[in-house]
Amino acid sequence: MALTKRTMALLTIVLTIAYFVAFLYLPVSGFIERHDNMILFAPKILFLAVIAALVTCFVLILIFKREFISAQLNSYNRYKGYLKLLVRRDFITRYRKSILGVLWSLLNPLLTMLVLTMVFSTLFKIEIEYFPVYLLSGQFIFNFFSEATTMAMGSVLAAEGVIKKIYIPKYIFPLSKVLLSLVNMGFSFLAFLLVFIFTGVPFNWTVLLIPIPVLYTFVFALGVAMLLSSLAVFFRDLMYLYGVLLTLWMFMTPIMYPVSILPDWLIPYYGFNPLYHLVDYFRSVAMLGIVPDLWSNLVCISFALASLCLGTYVFMQKQDRYILYM
Amino acid sequence: MSDVAISVENVSMRFNLSKDKVIGLKEYIVKGLKRQLFYEEFWALRDVSFSVKKGEVFGIIGLNGAGKSTLLKIIAGVFKPTNGSVYVGGEISPLLELGAGFDPESSARDNVYMNGAMYGHTKKFMASKYREIIDFAELWDFEDVALKNFSSGMMGRLGFAVATSVQPDILIVDEILGVGDYKFMAKCEERINNMISNNTTVLLVTHNTDKIKEMCSRAVLLEKGQVVCVGDVDEVCKVYGG
Repeated sequence: MALTKRTMALLTIVLTIAYFVAFLYLPVSGFIERHDNMILFAPKILFLAVIAALVTCFVLILIFKREFISAQLNSYNRYKGYLKLLVRRDFITRYRKSILGVLWSLLNPLLTMLVLTMVFSTLFKIEIEYFPVYLLSGQFIFNFFSEATTMAMGSVLAAEGVIKKIYIPKYIFPLSKVLLSLVNMGFSFLAFLLVFIFTGVPFNWTVLLIPIPVLYTFVFALGVAMLLSSLAVFFRDLMYLYGVLLTLWMFMTPIMYPVSILPDWLIPYYGFNPLYHLVDYFRSVAMLGIVPDLWSNLVCISFALASLCLGTYVFMQKQDRYILYM
Repeated sequence: MSDVAISVENVSMRFNLSKDKVIGLKEYIVKGLKRQLFYEEFWALRDVSFSVKKGEVFGIIGLNGAGKSTLLKIIAGVFKPTNGSVYVGGEISPLLELGAGFDPESSARDNVYMNGAMYGHTKKFMASKYREIIDFAELWDFEDVALKNFSSGMMGRLGFAVATSVQPDILIVDEILGVGDYKFMAKCEERINNMISNNTTVLLVTHNTDKIKEMCSRAVLLEKGQVVCVGDVDEVCKVYGG
């Protein structure tokens, strides 16, 4: 069976409809019905159906392109040493020649957080319990995402010198930047914990679940990073455009404000913002002590996988042509 | 297929020469509307086919712009050909440009490990080769100096030492026998000759026909991206010589 683009597109549409109908009538939809409001319910089901269809297609591709995938995995094994060195080099070069050196990785987020905490707990008083922690937990996720994607976007272009001279799997470059951001995120987390303790937020065992939203965000960011780094080769304007987009995105995500201040009609649209769900998930486990329900998990996983699939697909499609545009 | 090291089949490579590079969204749209996008096609290679046996020393000759470097880059996997296919049987070590992928901000030591990793060698393996590399490049006093402070000769020596530290199945040599002083050149040639006697396949590109005649058994002559002739090195050189 030939997996052409057209058959895949057709298959996705057919599957979406099939899943939509199935989800409407099957008890699968039971756990979503807590709003029992058709305006919220139908889009949710549709969303689920689209994701389910895409995942099915993805699995089909995996099965039909086994050999291709295993070749990719082999090449990953071969180049993972290089990946590690790239991440280490970028991490070390960042603060090279500064007196405090790597210590800045911890100090930087800590000081930023202290400033934010001071500003927001004295100047702007917002009626949220433990507002500094609320703000910082939102920032924690968003900053990782924005740093990872911004750095990754230029990574393929920056690797011009290598790409033009020797063969190397090109996804290594965006991946290394996202991993670097993950390392930075680890240091931010230490800073976050310190603020957490100082503000006296009650400690919950759900804090142990923090790796889960971090993983979701990582996968989501990786997909976006691959997509952007690929597109940036062909349209360099994107690098400037994306900065603006990120600012917009930041204000569209409830980081500095609670969702409750939004007008009712706007709230459903927030559902389309993946970062809203990721931030929400992180806050639930980090400061509220709530274990997110199945739906929250499903939404986050879907966004992460959809992003990863799209990013990988575009990246792989275009990667042989990067060199011609450098 | 087992005694074939490299097989190039009907390879063509097309580049788009737009008069000026379109790299912005606005430009892209404007040019797209004016239908000036992808203005001129340029075929760097057209329908090139030949094969190289294992252990053979194979020469590629041709005038500037004949497509030699493009061909090497395709064989090394840097370019993907527009049409045709390339089969490469074994580990390939391209000496296309010495010091490819070196990071000027890092020290010689870091670059050795980095470069090794680019070719898929583990850290442990590179550690075992490290002494040998520094010895060969004669850079004992400069191991921890950032590469940006190196002279071009030092850089070339390090590049050659790293790239040839592991015996590859196939070695691609692109006009690099002019590295460093005559002493170092002699060392390089000795190393390449050693590899040849150890059954490494070598692809050699140079304008120096004497060198080609001396080292190669067979050769291909390219002209404007097309094969003029393939075969015995003396005959090919005769055609090339005029």
